[in-house]
Amino acid sequence: MNDILKDRALQIATRTGNEEVNIDCSKASLAGSVSQRACVFCGSRVVLFPIVDALHLIHGPVGCAVYTWDIRGTVSSGPELHRQSFSTDLREKHVIFGGEKKLYTTLTSLIDKHNPKAAFVYSTCIVGVIGDDVEAICRKVEKEKHIPVIPVNSAGFKGSKKDGYKAACDALAQLIGTSDEPAPEFSINILGDFNLAGELWLLEEYYRKMGVNILARITGDGRIDDIRKAHKAQLNVVQCAGSMIHLAKDMEEKYGIPFKRVSYFGVEDMSQALYEVAEFFGSSHMMEKTRELVSEELSKLLPVLEKYRERLEGKKAVIYVGGAFKAVSLIKALRLLGIQTVVVGSQTGKKEDYEIMGRLCDPGTILVDDSNPLELAKFARETGADIFIGGVKERPIAFKMGLGFCDHNHERKEALAGYVGMENFARELYASVLSPVWQFAGMKEKAL
Amino acid sequence: MISFSNEIKNPYTELDKSIGGRFADNPATNACKLCAPLGASLVFKGIENCVPLIHGSQGCATYIRRYLISHFREPMDIASSSFAESSTIFGGAENFNAGIDNIISQYTPDVVGVCTSCLSETIGEDPGMLLGEYRSSRKDRELPAFINVATPSYSGNHMDGFNATVKAAVRCLCENGGGASCEMLNIFPGLVSPADMRYLKEILDDFGIDYMMLPDYSESLDSPTWDEYHKLPPGGTPRKRITQAASARASLQFGRVLGGNSRDSIGAGEWLEKQFKIKCLKPGMPIGIKESDIFFKTLETLSGKPMPEKYKNERGRLIDSYIDGHKYLFGKRAIIFGEEDFVVGMTALLSEIGVHPVVCGSGGESPHFADAINAVAGDAIKNFPEPPIIVNGADFESLLELALETRPDFLIGNSKGYYISRQMNLPLIRCGFPVHDRIGAQRLLHLGYRGAQQLFDAITNAVLEYNQDNSPMGYKYM
Repeated sequence: MNDILKDRALQIATRTGNEEVNIDCSKASLAGSVSQRACVFCGSRVVLFPIVDALHLIHGPVGCAVYTWDIRGTVSSGPELHRQSFSTDLREKHVIFGGEKKLYTTLTSLIDKHNPKAAFVYSTCIVGVIGDDVEAICRKVEKEKHIPVIPVNSAGFKGSKKDGYKAACDALAQLIGTSDEPAPEFSINILGDFNLAGELWLLEEYYRKMGVNILARITGDGRIDDIRKAHKAQLNVVQCAGSMIHLAKDMEEKYGIPFKRVSYFGVEDMSQALYEVAEFFGSSHMMEKTRELVSEELSKLLPVLEKYRERLEGKKAVIYVGGAFKAVSLIKALRLLGIQTVVVGSQTGKKEDYEIMGRLCDPGTILVDDSNPLELAKFARETGADIFIGGVKERPIAFKMGLGFCDHNHERKEALAGYVGMENFARELYASVLSPVWQFAGMKEKAL
Repeated sequence: MISFSNEIKNPYTELDKSIGGRFADNPATNACKLCAPLGASLVFKGIENCVPLIHGSQGCATYIRRYLISHFREPMDIASSSFAESSTIFGGAENFNAGIDNIISQYTPDVVGVCTSCLSETIGEDPGMLLGEYRSSRKDRELPAFINVATPSYSGNHMDGFNATVKAAVRCLCENGGGASCEMLNIFPGLVSPADMRYLKEILDDFGIDYMMLPDYSESLDSPTWDEYHKLPPGGTPRKRITQAASARASLQFGRVLGGNSRDSIGAGEWLEKQFKIKCLKPGMPIGIKESDIFFKTLETLSGKPMPEKYKNERGRLIDSYIDGHKYLFGKRAIIFGEEDFVVGMTALLSEIGVHPVVCGSGGESPHFADAINAVAGDAIKNFPEPPIIVNGADFESLLELALETRPDFLIGNSKGYYISRQMNLPLIRCGFPVHDRIGAQRLLHLGYRGAQQLFDAITNAVLEYNQDNSPMGYKYM
């Protein structure tokens, strides 16, 4: 019985000394390995989901739609159309005779009923196979209903979740540049924040204090009309670079808008994001405002963190999340709390991402790409971890092993971004690791 | 089996989506059903040392895992053959074989359960044939047992997938029957909670009946905290017991809808009856006193023993509580939704406590649904001001529409109905599957007298709480 499959060996590395870690990543998941990844469709769906005034129609049998019904804790300040799950609910007869007619009638009746600002039509696995011309139907409905109707090329098998991000970016690119409303000075677009638990609003508040205007939120609390004029911004600020870098690069090429990769998790990265934006605009007034903001926030936050650090110092953490950039921020945020990262991995990291993680981590840290439950459990056991930072699918693994857990994924209800988010993060770790319930649980081998 | 279906001639307004009823042209919005491989996976998780493999894209397995974890809060390893573009063009055999090899080398399972997805079905993959080729190319080693089942979601929902997989498990694993040569009873409980399964096992043990329950995820999907790591959680129906299914003395298969003998909804029990002449008893899902009485009577007959005192007392206390609470419930109006046989069971319970089921909705599309509702509502119907609206192929948007029209007092069903209850400020009594927004879904008990007791208390207290919260004074006594 093997814990690690031979064909996955190169996707795992242990940092030994100062040499670069070398991970063979960006490949398809191995059949039979219980990958924590989803599919192309999932990648597109999570990225576009927070656009609140669009109709999101999933073209296929019912499963893909029902599993993504209201799947993210993404919050809207207005419409909530995104929280509905629309499906063409294809049946056997459609598989045999084609689903185009069903798509057309479903799409038009939903547009009539809900009056969306635009519609996204997601292709699922079988749509390409049965030969539906989704593009043609979208063009036809667009003409009839006078709103953008955008096909998302997200058949599940056509790559990995990462390819789904790209399909979502391609869909967004079709919208951007379709409105020429001018933008005020110091305008940026926020890319790759999904407003989970209202996180984007926290950032917006910081930017507002600096004198920066947010033009388009892509996609958290997103609006179609804002996205259409996003090309008028002076800068794209990209978080969750794995999902949004395609769009940032595309906009740089088409409209000459530069971009900055940032992260809003942890004190260092959060502050750096704000400073980079201020620096970009070259306004000394803005820089002054930013310094004021950062120092005010830190003077509130650091004493609180110190209290948590006293209790968390010396604990060991496993990080396994979707995007690698988040993992990098988490390593730093944990270190600020005195917590050592002993295992770190992601579903969709790139070679460079793993190199950065490797440099940040202590010797002995295990790095892993596209892991599975057996590996994660083995690594957590072997490293004597105390806490796991992951998503819904990692939670039961952690709990069964007697580890504390912090949900850093779609279902989180507390903001983890920004300065407030860092405090919430620390509190959540503290609340889980130091809960008295662990006195009754945990593995024997850990106790040894 | 007692059936009223021919005595009352359809006094109901049936709004059947599948046959062109009122909602037929509504686009599917917030579906009240899941996909077939989810049902299959759930059954596989209820077989001892079994790893499910979904033959298709990676996303199917991951979405299903996530969905099930949010309900059971347990590890949920489900493998995928992880189709790539090339598998879709040239066939998935290579990934299929690699997938099984990798499962075996990681988990050393007793059973690998293979189900298909929309994609593998559409491109014409035949897992039976793939398994045959796999076996013959690996004759040099000992292999686990295999179960294979076709579960394309375009021709059935999660309940169809569930039932097909129970049947497939029996078909693939049972050895040629000696026709009632052993004392064992097959019991096919359907989609019930781990707590329900534990209770059923307790009842069968107390009657001294030897049984094989399939599936049995009472431990595997509700396991105690671990003191050592398990690659696969302990529990589940042992493979060896399933091999004896065709020699059992009888089968007990829950569900009036499943047992409705339609062309495509024949259950494992009926299949064994057809193939091996194993007698199949088909009580409804035992929810409420009347349906539980039928179940207990069946056990008395099978065991030749009277109902143990313990259950007589449970029944007695249940009736006593029905009386204590009856005034708060009489004439209340409820909307029930979920899987067909679950809705039928709930209708039976509500009908015997004076609650008027105004809408009975299911995402399923069985032609037997209305008849089954008919049968369990029985005489209670005479007291209803209007017949229940029965919706086949329901989605939550059509249920919302009906809720706004019928103005019920509460909703009863899975947690996905929460948005309706929030919009209308109505209590939602969470039960069935899935319950994603509360803890303890595994421990919800629905079946038998004890299950009816829990449900009755939950329903009555939900009504009381609502009344109290909305009263001007906030009283201290009921």
